[in-house]
Amino acid sequence: MAEKSYIYRIAGPVVIAKNLNARINDLVRVGDEKLMGEVIKIQGDHVTIQVYEETTGLKPGEPVINTEEALSVQLGPGLLYSIYDGIQRPLKVLEDKMGSFIQRGVDADGLDPDKKWEFKATSSAGDVVDPGMIIGEVEEKEGMTHRIMIPPLPGYEGTIKTLKSGKFTVNDVIGTLVNGTEIKLSHRWPVRIPRKVRNKLMPTIPLITGQRIFDALFPLAKGGVAAIPGPFGAGKTVAQQQLAKWCDAEVIVYIGCGERGNEMTEVLTEFPELEDPKTGKPLMNRTVLIANTSNMPVAAREASVYTGITIAEYYRDMGYSVALMADSTSRWAEAMREISSRLEEMPGEEGYPAYLSTRLAEFYERAGRAMSLSGKEGSVSVIGAVSPPGGDFSEPVTQNTLRVVKTFWALDARLAQRRHFPSINWLTSYSLYKNTLKDYYVENVNPKWLEYINRFMDILQEEEKLLEIVQLVGSDALPEKQQLTLEVARIIREYFLQQNAFHEVDTFCQLEKTYLLMDTILHFSKVANNALEEGVGIETILVTDAKDKIAEVKFVKDYKKELAKIRSQMDREFDKL
Amino acid sequence: MLKQYKTISDVAGPLIFVKKTHPVGYAELVEIKMPDGTTKNGQVLDTSEDTVVVQVFEGTRGIDRSRTWVKFLGETIKLPVTKDLLGRILTGAGKPKDGGPELISDKKFEITGAAINPYSRKSPADFIQTGISTIDATNTLVRGQKLPIFSGSGLPHNEIALQIARQAKVPGTDGDFAVVFAAMGITNEEAQYFMKDFEQTGALKRAVVFLNLADDPAVERIITPRMALTAAEYLAYEENMHVLVILTDMTNYCESLREIGAAREEIPGRRGYPGYMYTDLASLYERAGMIKGKEGSVTQIPILTMVGDDITHPIPDLTGYITEGQIVLSRELHRKNIYPPVDILPSLSRLMNAGINKGQTRDDHKMVSDQLYANYAEGRDLRGLVAIVGEEALSDKDKRLLNFAGEFEDRFVRQDKNDNRSIFDTLQLSWDLFSMMPKKDLTRIKPEIKEKYYVGEEPGKEKPGVHAEAPLGEENTEEQNLKKAGKA
Repeated sequence: MAEKSYIYRIAGPVVIAKNLNARINDLVRVGDEKLMGEVIKIQGDHVTIQVYEETTGLKPGEPVINTEEALSVQLGPGLLYSIYDGIQRPLKVLEDKMGSFIQRGVDADGLDPDKKWEFKATSSAGDVVDPGMIIGEVEEKEGMTHRIMIPPLPGYEGTIKTLKSGKFTVNDVIGTLVNGTEIKLSHRWPVRIPRKVRNKLMPTIPLITGQRIFDALFPLAKGGVAAIPGPFGAGKTVAQQQLAKWCDAEVIVYIGCGERGNEMTEVLTEFPELEDPKTGKPLMNRTVLIANTSNMPVAAREASVYTGITIAEYYRDMGYSVALMADSTSRWAEAMREISSRLEEMPGEEGYPAYLSTRLAEFYERAGRAMSLSGKEGSVSVIGAVSPPGGDFSEPVTQNTLRVVKTFWALDARLAQRRHFPSINWLTSYSLYKNTLKDYYVENVNPKWLEYINRFMDILQEEEKLLEIVQLVGSDALPEKQQLTLEVARIIREYFLQQNAFHEVDTFCQLEKTYLLMDTILHFSKVANNALEEGVGIETILVTDAKDKIAEVKFVKDYKKELAKIRSQMDREFDKL
Repeated sequence: MLKQYKTISDVAGPLIFVKKTHPVGYAELVEIKMPDGTTKNGQVLDTSEDTVVVQVFEGTRGIDRSRTWVKFLGETIKLPVTKDLLGRILTGAGKPKDGGPELISDKKFEITGAAINPYSRKSPADFIQTGISTIDATNTLVRGQKLPIFSGSGLPHNEIALQIARQAKVPGTDGDFAVVFAAMGITNEEAQYFMKDFEQTGALKRAVVFLNLADDPAVERIITPRMALTAAEYLAYEENMHVLVILTDMTNYCESLREIGAAREEIPGRRGYPGYMYTDLASLYERAGMIKGKEGSVTQIPILTMVGDDITHPIPDLTGYITEGQIVLSRELHRKNIYPPVDILPSLSRLMNAGINKGQTRDDHKMVSDQLYANYAEGRDLRGLVAIVGEEALSDKDKRLLNFAGEFEDRFVRQDKNDNRSIFDTLQLSWDLFSMMPKKDLTRIKPEIKEKYYVGEEPGKEKPGVHAEAPLGEENTEEQNLKKAGKA
């Protein structure tokens, strides 16, 4: 180990070092400019490093230093409201240091090293602690308590010797253990290793989004995983923002992975302007943004999803429910493909590495509802966007994603063009959480919830079949009963599924309201079918007034009264018939 | 004194392998002295203690192992940047081609460029009027956008690019765009066509031209767009100009990329293109944009010919995932002798909404665009139906839509190469077309807007059959049209 380690070979973002005593995934500093890199392959004396920065001008013979630490993020107060690149460098700090263009060799702390936080200890000297235990709090943002935990790392167990409240920076020592270990407000965690939990729990609580089509037809559980394919112009951005704004997760992590610079800018300028509807404060107060555009180094793009999910897990450990959105996982997979091809690995399907499906599954597996080491229940729900090339769902990334996700929200450009929003296709989307979540709905909303949803789906499916016939023969040729089904389906589509994100009331729909809307629509279906059987003509039914009043209920705050009124009017109308 | 080496071990395609050198930097510039005394240039592609791989821009013809000298210049490829770039014609490697002097400047920029910090970008939102209706009305271009033209071989993409370069302006401002033109592997004839046009219109004095022609070295094409974009960034961010960059033809660029990849015996990705093509293309296209606190902007119009008119081919596919939309040319329209043959249906501008807000163009712009799309799409669908059942079988409304599609192509899409339509002319033309339809069939347009601009005659009486679909409002969806088609 006497010999100095140095660069042997450089080919694009891949560098081979000699004499480097390193473990796989160790973080290294490459060259005179100390570029950040990670060990990804060891072959005899040759150690392959993927470099997170531009390698132009790097020469063989320049030194390589092993930091002996895996690629890690700094976890502590100050994450919220931050905008990072793929390796947790704050973009604002980068701008201050090197201007509008991203130069290399610049280091930036993930957390502001100078900011002082007011720490309130909840444990005290003499307490026995385990890794992950909560020992105090910091108010990170107004209304957001950041719970300070004993880092779940080796050496952090035993008895607290000292612990004091007061004002500290993230690097100050706030206390010590009897064994001499120092405790700080922040600690580092290797991004590729999932943070431990006491045990994982079944996803039996829905992530309530306030969007009828999600909550009712295709629910996502807290700790669940969903995929959302984003073809051109299908309204992905609005859908994501609605989820970020309204879903009942306490912390949002948004990863822009390999997307367009101008679009990322849109997110970066729009998110800080969004208001948290629940508190009236900026939504950024509980959001972490990670932005890595397509022309930023490919290795950092590959790392960005891990950076994001590690931060998400950290907040889960505090007992929060976290929603993570990754846009897009296809770009991430492409980064893997690119690095794999630089390593001259044998390619799998379409040039993607053979371990693509493992990596995707591993990543999605880090989602989940869990009992954390601190004894608090938290969750990480992952919503991953996929962008299949040419809109072809049979390509490997989409297919491997679909194999692990349980909810699929198929955004449909055709619906968007018809101005049907949210433009989720109800026939191709699915959710496998319906049954696990059943008990929650039975207890908290109504026992009939699942039955109603199934009825809705049946009607929509039947509509699809009938429309094919209509195309051939026209709707007049259908039996009256089927004409009625078409009408009910229309009511469902227009008065229930469509939801206006920009209307102050309709933008969020309570579960109870969702339920009552379903109830009223199905009530119409029932009375109308009865009337049909008693010989009333379909034309008469189609011109009744009450059913079309359901359209207005979406926009009304006092929906119960309104629905009751509609129901009685409906009954009166049909009684007359 | 720089060391020279005579230690070439292998020559393969555009690459040479040099042994026993001093430590050579990655991407360093290389000078190669040929046995006959001429020199060639190259760039380090892969460097190690033992072997350095150099890609030779001018091709490796004539290189041997014993008499060829290799000199590593110790610096990466840079472009001397100055305002004098304007008006110059350069080779694809940035050398004078117009008989003028060498470029001299204290400022030299690395041509690889650096990624713009997403935090420092400014959202593009200034409407650019190209004078072409199909772009201005339905696929609006804004400053700082990258909007490629997806073309096919034999289609007039060059004419369109030139027309845009000639006519592009931001209404309300007087400054013309500076044009940076990068030709990669186009024919001499095409190049001359461009040059003649630039000279005739006087555009040359505010243009920088990089020409790599079909018979110029293919490997040089890798640096041509980077040269061009470096010049553009300089003009935009240092000289505060608004720059329009035209890159043609990106397909040739990608072919060169593949050629080098193959020569290096890399494992190929889709259709033999290298796996890093997405990132490579992104490092070009993403150099469009605007930066906070800077006056200028870089707007890109890359042109690519789709191989076999296939939009799912890796080149257009990966391009479409990086650029903010695309303008797609149609062979069918071209055959009908319609210029510019822009097919609006697969075309898209993702930044359009930012550029057509009130105060930028006109309050009806978005709705007019939606309505044009909707009518033309339906009209085109009906053509298929007519082929089966004949025109007589159509309802009146469908006949009108069919007619609309024809008129749309003939009057709206078709325009002269020198026809510079203002956005207001274009919108007026749209309303002229809409007058073929009854007011109530224009479902994508709000009533008050229709009130303001509709110029057609009010048909006083309605046919009873049409009445049935009255309370539809905005939701006049395909189903209903299908229902009606069925009835008819």
